[in-house]
Amino acid sequence: MASIASSAPLVRATARRRPVAWVPIVLVGVALAYLSLFLFVPLFAVFFEALRKGWGVYLAAIREPDAWSAVKLTLLAAAIAVPLNLVFGVAAAWAIAKFDFGGKSLLITLIDLPFSVSPVISGLIYVLMFGLQGWFGPWLAEHELKVVFAVPGIVLATVFVTFPFVARELIPLMQAQGREEEEAAVLLGANAWQLLWRVTLPNVKWGLLYGVILCNARAMGEFGAVSVVSGHVRGYTNTLPLHIEILYNEYNFAAAFACASLLALLALVTLVLKTAVESRQAREQRP
Amino acid sequence: MIHRTLSRLAFAVAALAATPALAEVTLLNVSYDPTRELYQDYNKAFAAHWEAKTKEKVTIRQSHGGAGKQARAVIDGLEADVVTLALAYDIDAIAEKAKLLPADWQKRLPHNSAPYTSTIIFLVRKGNPRGIRDWDDLVRAGVSVITPNPKTSGGARWNYLAAWGYALRKYGSEAKARDFIAALYRNVAVLDSGARGSTTTFVERGIGDVLISWENEAYLALKELGPGKFEIVTPSLSILAEPPVTVVDRNVDKKGTRKVAEAYLQYWYTPQAQEIAARNYYRPIDPKVAAKFEKQFAKVSLFGIDEVFGGWQKAQKAHFADGGTFDQLYQPGKK
Amino acid sequence: MLFMRRSHSVLPGFGLALGFTLAYLSLLVLIPLSAAFARTFTISWEAFLAHVTAPRVVASLQLSFGAALAAAAVNAVFGLLVAWVLVRYRFPGRRVVDALVDLPFALPTAVAGIALTAIYAGNGWLGEPLLALTGVKVAFTPLGVFVALTFIGLPFVVRTVQPVLEDLEKELEEAAQSLGATPAQTFSRVILPTVMPALLTGFALAFARAVGEYGSVIFIAGNMPLVSEIAPLIIIAKLEQYDYAGATSVAVVMLVASFLLLLLVNLLQWWSRRYAENRD
Repeated sequence: MASIASSAPLVRATARRRPVAWVPIVLVGVALAYLSLFLFVPLFAVFFEALRKGWGVYLAAIREPDAWSAVKLTLLAAAIAVPLNLVFGVAAAWAIAKFDFGGKSLLITLIDLPFSVSPVISGLIYVLMFGLQGWFGPWLAEHELKVVFAVPGIVLATVFVTFPFVARELIPLMQAQGREEEEAAVLLGANAWQLLWRVTLPNVKWGLLYGVILCNARAMGEFGAVSVVSGHVRGYTNTLPLHIEILYNEYNFAAAFACASLLALLALVTLVLKTAVESRQAREQRP
Repeated sequence: MIHRTLSRLAFAVAALAATPALAEVTLLNVSYDPTRELYQDYNKAFAAHWEAKTKEKVTIRQSHGGAGKQARAVIDGLEADVVTLALAYDIDAIAEKAKLLPADWQKRLPHNSAPYTSTIIFLVRKGNPRGIRDWDDLVRAGVSVITPNPKTSGGARWNYLAAWGYALRKYGSEAKARDFIAALYRNVAVLDSGARGSTTTFVERGIGDVLISWENEAYLALKELGPGKFEIVTPSLSILAEPPVTVVDRNVDKKGTRKVAEAYLQYWYTPQAQEIAARNYYRPIDPKVAAKFEKQFAKVSLFGIDEVFGGWQKAQKAHFADGGTFDQLYQPGKK
Repeated sequence: MLFMRRSHSVLPGFGLALGFTLAYLSLLVLIPLSAAFARTFTISWEAFLAHVTAPRVVASLQLSFGAALAAAAVNAVFGLLVAWVLVRYRFPGRRVVDALVDLPFALPTAVAGIALTAIYAGNGWLGEPLLALTGVKVAFTPLGVFVALTFIGLPFVVRTVQPVLEDLEKELEEAAQSLGATPAQTFSRVILPTVMPALLTGFALAFARAVGEYGSVIFIAGNMPLVSEIAPLIIIAKLEQYDYAGATSVAVVMLVASFLLLLLVNLLQWWSRRYAENRD
């Protein structure tokens, strides 16, 4: 690809020959206008509203104990959900990409399913399972175990909504890589663990990392499903997105947006990481 | 040696586990949306009162949300010690569906277990540009009304019933009341899912000429969001809203918190607590406190839900269940 | 046979990997989802039909599916454009834009809903000029639903099309041009057919994500029954009346629709991969 020279014009096509100079400018302009309407302005609004009452209010909102406990719970849920889905993603991708079996499309579809299930339903199904009126509710109550309206329920809902991401990132990648390398390793006497650690995982590490990053981003931002199973006990079962809703409902808009900006920042950091991962990946793939 | 260390460890663990139960209790109060500020004040007062009386520290955890959603959470296993919801119907549902408390719970505390009351009034923009004085002004052509969805909001059901009761009394027949409600909801611009959402729509987004609201919510919005930007209009007739409170028997017996949970609710009936209610714009039931705060609340004649609708169970079934009066009347597609 | 190995392979771990996959999938997804079906089956078929054919339910399903379709279509067109611009042109801030495209994916939906409502309300930054210039209201109308769904579906088309465009050989385009094809012809005959499978996948993903969306929509929709009330809100409204069977009936309709849609996408991808392999 052509690098940007210091004297490069504002917008430059990378193709060697581009007969109409205004086409790129118009296209870039339209694309940016579309992104502004649906993306940049909302993002800017979050930070604008957060800082409207000044840094003092902003910092106070973030330092508040309830906000902290919400941050901790959010991180905890992500810290459990992401590794679980990581292990699952590797196993599923290994089975699907390296072997031939019937019903593959069906299996992939079932793995995808949580992605398109309405968050409201994702929460509801766990209440139907573990709620006091649900299948396992009475048994759980007898044994003093709590699932819904406690941390386990929040973790379960988070696992559900982030279910497909690592698997979906790995399956096409591992399919594209084929199985020759692994087969060669086996013929050379490698056992299963060596195969996994020395051959397969190093080959897919960037895809894996990207999947983890997506999974984590979604885990921290989930609202609908967690809202159904949380019980909204302040300082106790509120995740950060739920805490934001509560602040908003208390007419405490500046604090709500301050916490929202925290999540937006988290998202931005995640995205910077992701971009770094991608450029690293691109560099490695180049000979 | 090892044995001793182990037993010491076991003792320490047992002590750790036992300590909080002795010196500190935690209550969970599951409530509806507009009571956040009220219970912040009340919990502080009760904790101080309880510690002075029994030397026991009590921490009250709060959960707020739409009344129906909150009741459902308790039914599905949210271990509330007390519920303080917007309408009796939702607590009836807990009694009926999960059998967590007896069906006659409402008789356990004075005044139908409602230690504070409220009513439904209007919030209009500064100077009342549309000249809204009473319910009839809300059905005029071109007046834009904000109220939440009665299907998802307890407060919205009080709003609806207040309007129905007014029309029934003024025009004298059920058919006329139906026409009135149909006309009213034709004027509704946004039907948010909860009372707080409606207030935000009206105040922050600048939509609508009039917000039908809880009295306490309207005063709070006036104070928090726009002093000098809005005015409160009290209609000639409205409904007596009684948000009830009760202990959830099965949960307090399981957790061993019955004594403090009951004391927590009984404290509402003391003059100090009644003043907290009044300061948060809820109408106190104690006549002395009511007299003291008389100027704060506009005079309005009120009717009860039992006298006009025969109680919540009937009102819910006739008006808000799927296919009920609200569904029949509210058809924005057809005009 | 379902989930049976077709051919022998020297690679180890098939049984373990597939077994774990199926067990984890069943425990966390299939059994919980079956709870929704089980609850629905407690009512009769007639009652189920009555629930899902009630006018409000039908209207909400139409809105959820219609607005999701419209939002996915707009994202398909503009997402393709954004991907093209990001791959082919160099302009200041390109990398920032590239990174930001994923934002709707990571931002909590409630935050998105609140921010979008503030912007597109009649007194918002974009809502006010729009209302003044064109008289179009966005927030609290079905258009608001569309805006929220466009926001949350934005990354999907861009992210599926981008890698394909990066791989697209420029020689092909240049050959077409040197053979006298106009840019429009080059686009419709060379570029579009190549990116079509990815575009369709992105479209379907954006659609699938938008159909069930709740958090961002309820703030901006206005939630008027029969007009701007989405299907997930109907589920919530039924739950508020303790009507679990009614709620799960609507949920089941949505679940089946999502499943069929995703199955279609996966078959499409499988088919296009096979087609590409056979062509090579």
